[in-house]
Amino acid sequence: METVSRVHANNLVSWAKDRPEVLVLSADLTGSTEIDQFREIYPDRFFSMGMTEQSMMSMAGGLAREGFYPFVHTFAVFMYRRALDQIAMSIAYPNLPVRMFGFLPGVMTPGGATHQAIEDIAVMRSLPNMTVLECGDATDVESVLDVAQDVPGPVYVRMLRGEIPRLFPRNERMKLGVARRVCKGSDIALVSSGVCTEEAMRATAALRERGVSIEHIHVSTLKPFADPTILEAIAQTKYGVITMENHTVLGGLGTAVAEMMAEAGVGRKLARIGLPDQFAHGASQHYLMREYGLDALALVRNVESLVGTELGVGDEELASVRVNPIHSEAKAEAL
Amino acid sequence: MNVDVQIPEEQWARAARRAAYGIRRRVLEHTINNNGGYLSQACSAAETIAVLYTKVLKIGKSAAPPVPAAFAGVPGHAHADYATGALYNGPRHADLDRFFFSPAHYALVLYAALIEVGRMSAEGLLQFNKDGSTVEMIGAEHSPGMETTTGSLAQGLSQAAGIALARKLRGESGRCVVYMSDGEFQEGQTWETFEILFHYRLDNVLVYVDVNGQQCDGKMIDVLDLGDLAAKLRAFGAIVYDVDGHDVEDLARPSAATGQGAPVVVLCRTNPCAGISLLQDRAPKLHYVRFKSEAERDEYRLVLQTMEQEG
Repeated sequence: METVSRVHANNLVSWAKDRPEVLVLSADLTGSTEIDQFREIYPDRFFSMGMTEQSMMSMAGGLAREGFYPFVHTFAVFMYRRALDQIAMSIAYPNLPVRMFGFLPGVMTPGGATHQAIEDIAVMRSLPNMTVLECGDATDVESVLDVAQDVPGPVYVRMLRGEIPRLFPRNERMKLGVARRVCKGSDIALVSSGVCTEEAMRATAALRERGVSIEHIHVSTLKPFADPTILEAIAQTKYGVITMENHTVLGGLGTAVAEMMAEAGVGRKLARIGLPDQFAHGASQHYLMREYGLDALALVRNVESLVGTELGVGDEELASVRVNPIHSEAKAEAL
Repeated sequence: MNVDVQIPEEQWARAARRAAYGIRRRVLEHTINNNGGYLSQACSAAETIAVLYTKVLKIGKSAAPPVPAAFAGVPGHAHADYATGALYNGPRHADLDRFFFSPAHYALVLYAALIEVGRMSAEGLLQFNKDGSTVEMIGAEHSPGMETTTGSLAQGLSQAAGIALARKLRGESGRCVVYMSDGEFQEGQTWETFEILFHYRLDNVLVYVDVNGQQCDGKMIDVLDLGDLAAKLRAFGAIVYDVDGHDVEDLARPSAATGQGAPVVVLCRTNPCAGISLLQDRAPKLHYVRFKSEAERDEYRLVLQTMEQEG
């Protein structure tokens, strides 16, 4: 599988070239959110805000009122936890086109509970006027700026950085409200988002060999959540639905799918893979995904449970894990 | 800091005093009629807001209907034509000031001021806190005179700072004038914003603060003492003026000090019972007045009567 390095860093610079109204705001995490290159090339459009998240969010609202497009960058946790009221009242209420890029979603950081955004989708999804996007691969990261910029109101993006896999061809770009099919199948509908899509793909081949066909769908728009193809896939499934997300099982993708099914009266068994309503701790992504049951093996176990048979798939059969080094040229620090 | 700009006694000072009187009178009358109101805020803020509208703010004539329109929905994709309360402060222009009213619970005072300076009709105040009206108790950005939604305190200054930065980037000469209450200086966000105002030298920001020493729970020195607010602000790089908040000329003078590389803060030392000394009986809890008895209400009716007789 192809992996690409510092996709956002490079893409933002080229994308913003002829968009002078795009300003980048940083909360002291410039290297860590891949906007260092932007700072060097467009110093007049880069604003260092220091660690003033609350003020930064309200100011972004002020800038957006004046016709600028503030692209706010920091770790996801510091956005919605430290400055939720500011996001709600200075940005979401007036429906302003502020683009918020939240890095290190879920268990993607060894920084522990303080750095892990595990309920950001639940929180941001519940804000009126807010659009919520999540990137799962390099193509998503390359196309998310266009998707976000087409939205007239505020957008929260769960962003990826560093070494990123390319799961979708460059021309199969992210589109607002449109999920993409990863593979076709009829036994189980698997709906995944973010890094869980790559993780799930490790298991689907082995499952197919055992005779379980998976309709795998990758979701990049978490709000609005209304793509009819998701519901169609769920309705056609033989055994049930599994959602898989790098987030608590409360309020995120699993909840959105459950709401969609219930409202449409589509009754299928639903298994939600995600953080089981608990905080995580500081360790590697791979370790935490295993510990909290977010990995390919957890998917296999959930499939077994829905199908009602043990499939005998072990770790050795799953496609090899792509482990990103903790220390890498692609990252500013080990966080 | 001394101010060397001398503003001669002109018509405006008389108009400002007259408006301040009218603000107090209207808010008192409203409080009596509705058995409740933010009366002490009118007492402390009357001169400041009167001076802002008669002297400090460089703004055009109101572009809004004299009688506020009914509430037509919150901003959002479904309401692209959302009407802003900023229209009461005139049209936007690069050379004109923008006014941001941060303590949204002072809305009653703001509405009274808009009537006094001819930007809203007296009829508008009858809609106050009525269902379906934009003349809301805690104003939002559809409420007359308000450009941003600031009821969650300390967000007004930050939003204005964002607009001030945008105006600098566009080379506009108009300023961002912010009215704040001293309680907002307990919020961490306020100090974050002063860090940013300093760092980006946003000298197009002019802040008037109602230093009435009062907050919801009582006197600020008992609830959470701010200490030397002027010294703190100077330490954060602001140009600070400490003025008598009931002296219209004192209030007006510092407004000429913008454009010197730092934000300007005018600390308006005010008395929350100014003009209605009867309020003192309710101290230290002055945040909101609801009469304890009909007898107390009658006392206030008498104050209103006297006020109207004396003019």
